[in-house]
Amino acid sequence: MLAFTIRRLGQSLLVLLVMSFLVFLGVYAIGNPVELLVNPQADAIERARATAALGLDKPMLEQYWVFLSRAAHGDLGRSFVFNIPAIQLILDKLPATLELAFCAMVIAVTIGIPLGLVAGLKPNSFIGRAIMAGSIFGFSLPSFWVGLVLIMVFSVQLGWLPPNGRGETVMLLGIPVSFLTLDGLRHIAMPAVNLALFKLSLLVRLTRGSTREAVLQDYVKFARAKGLSQRRVVGVHVLKNILIPIVTVIGLELGSVIAFAIITESIFAWPGSGKLLIDSINQLDRPVIVAYLLVIVTIFIGINFVVDVLYSVLDPRVRLGAAAAAH
Amino acid sequence: MSIAVEPADAPVAPEPREQSPWRRFASEFAESKLALLGLAMLLAIATIAITAPWISPQNPYDLAQLDVLDSKLAPGEHSSSNGKTYWLGTDDQGRDMLSGIFYGLRISLIVGVSSTVIALAVGLALGLAAAYFGGWVDAIVMRIADIQLSFPAILIALVLLAVLGQGVDKIIVSLVTVQWAYYARTVRSAALVERQKEYIEAARVLALSRPRIVLRHLLPNCLPPLIVVATVQVAHAIQLEAALSFLGLGLPITEPSIGLLISNGFQYLLSGKYWISFYPGVALLLTIVAINLVADQLRDVLNPRLKK
Repeated sequence: MLAFTIRRLGQSLLVLLVMSFLVFLGVYAIGNPVELLVNPQADAIERARATAALGLDKPMLEQYWVFLSRAAHGDLGRSFVFNIPAIQLILDKLPATLELAFCAMVIAVTIGIPLGLVAGLKPNSFIGRAIMAGSIFGFSLPSFWVGLVLIMVFSVQLGWLPPNGRGETVMLLGIPVSFLTLDGLRHIAMPAVNLALFKLSLLVRLTRGSTREAVLQDYVKFARAKGLSQRRVVGVHVLKNILIPIVTVIGLELGSVIAFAIITESIFAWPGSGKLLIDSINQLDRPVIVAYLLVIVTIFIGINFVVDVLYSVLDPRVRLGAAAAAH
Repeated sequence: MSIAVEPADAPVAPEPREQSPWRRFASEFAESKLALLGLAMLLAIATIAITAPWISPQNPYDLAQLDVLDSKLAPGEHSSSNGKTYWLGTDDQGRDMLSGIFYGLRISLIVGVSSTVIALAVGLALGLAAAYFGGWVDAIVMRIADIQLSFPAILIALVLLAVLGQGVDKIIVSLVTVQWAYYARTVRSAALVERQKEYIEAARVLALSRPRIVLRHLLPNCLPPLIVVATVQVAHAIQLEAALSFLGLGLPITEPSIGLLISNGFQYLLSGKYWISFYPGVALLLTIVAINLVADQLRDVLNPRLKK
């Protein structure tokens, strides 16, 4: 078990290193930020000075090496636009994104799993079919367009919910959060629902599929034969067994929710890290783009690592399979 | 995972013995009315996209045809200059939304289909190579695919487009990059299963050449799962392109795709001019629903585990 964890950790670090190089190489190729930063009337000497000040005149590999050794000390460069450390900029915006992602995930789980259970227990009933038809729509609806329609209906037509911003926040453990104030809740409702929709459909389909397989298993038949109530059979025996794959998927999807928040944040002007990324791409704010991607990649690798290790704890076959493959 | 409305206990017609695979496939596909509806919608949308230059009321890319005086007209209003009716309204440049949508569908479908076909070819070649050669080829290809698949497609495409810039060719390149891994994985796992089967052994016994075994025997039998993945991926590609264009990273403003039309209307949404964003979204939604309905049924028909 320990060997598995250490090997997996080594792999994660290697992936992180490779990704950091790719990200750096890729982002290096975007335009020339000096053009944006210096006065258009500036002469060649002034440009050269600005280029040198930003370290952009050195060979690319040297820039990467400088970048890497600074990154090891937690310094990912200063934002060209805001002139503050890029990592600080990201960490300032990240809580808003995480809050949005968690709220979306909570909505998807609390609605998706019960609907999936119903559709799985009664696959041929009207309600079962209706849920599945609904999930096809959930998959097909372009999420950014749903966001626009939500704004159109609830902000423009009905005037119930504000179309943008985060609203009033309170400090929770030193982090500003929106979901504890009424105004904040009104602001987070639409973006969270918008972001949750796709994951909700995914969870409905996954839960339905697992439930359909589970109810045919012997342990469910046995539980029924014992005369247990339907409630107990479903709530304890079925649910417990289908939860393992579902928990895995929820863990893995958390990362993708953070990535998809880029779109949602742009629509609802939610001041999170995704909106910061889009703004930075448009302004060629290279250090912020690199810092964002590295933070996100680290979060992803972290989530994958935790899920993998958890999975091998829950299911010994995974561990054995990995060990066999290594030989 | 079908939502097909199957007849509960329809009397099964005695099937003729010599039924060709294509006919059997067609009749199984037609069992779902919903899938047929999806197919009909898809054909209609494809026809519109292909014939857009001939059936559109105006050429939305030709600035000479746009009249600024007609900008932001509501659906059903008439042009101030020639009295033409704008059934779905106009955008901020006086572009007829109906024509914009027809042309936008064209771009969306071109991007979706061509990126899928290229990604399919790349993934197929790499996946088959991985399955056939095994060893380090397999290890390298699948390791790259695994790492790539552990990151969301939108993030990778976003970074690529930020680097490459705007343009139809660039968005296709970035969509191919995010998609090939799905095919490589699917074809590899299918090929590993098929390789063990007796017909491959029989082909080996016949001393057929390796390329012939791979291309004529192995490949055709790996195709069904690939077709299913490809159909779903066309929908994904179209959605992804629309999302990227919405973020301003996909296509140039001069040739708006559906996503760009929606993005363009976003700024007027809060002043109640909903149609600029709303109708292109409906067109996008219908396209994706149609593809998903067809894909859902294909998955059931082509899945041997669901065969009676």
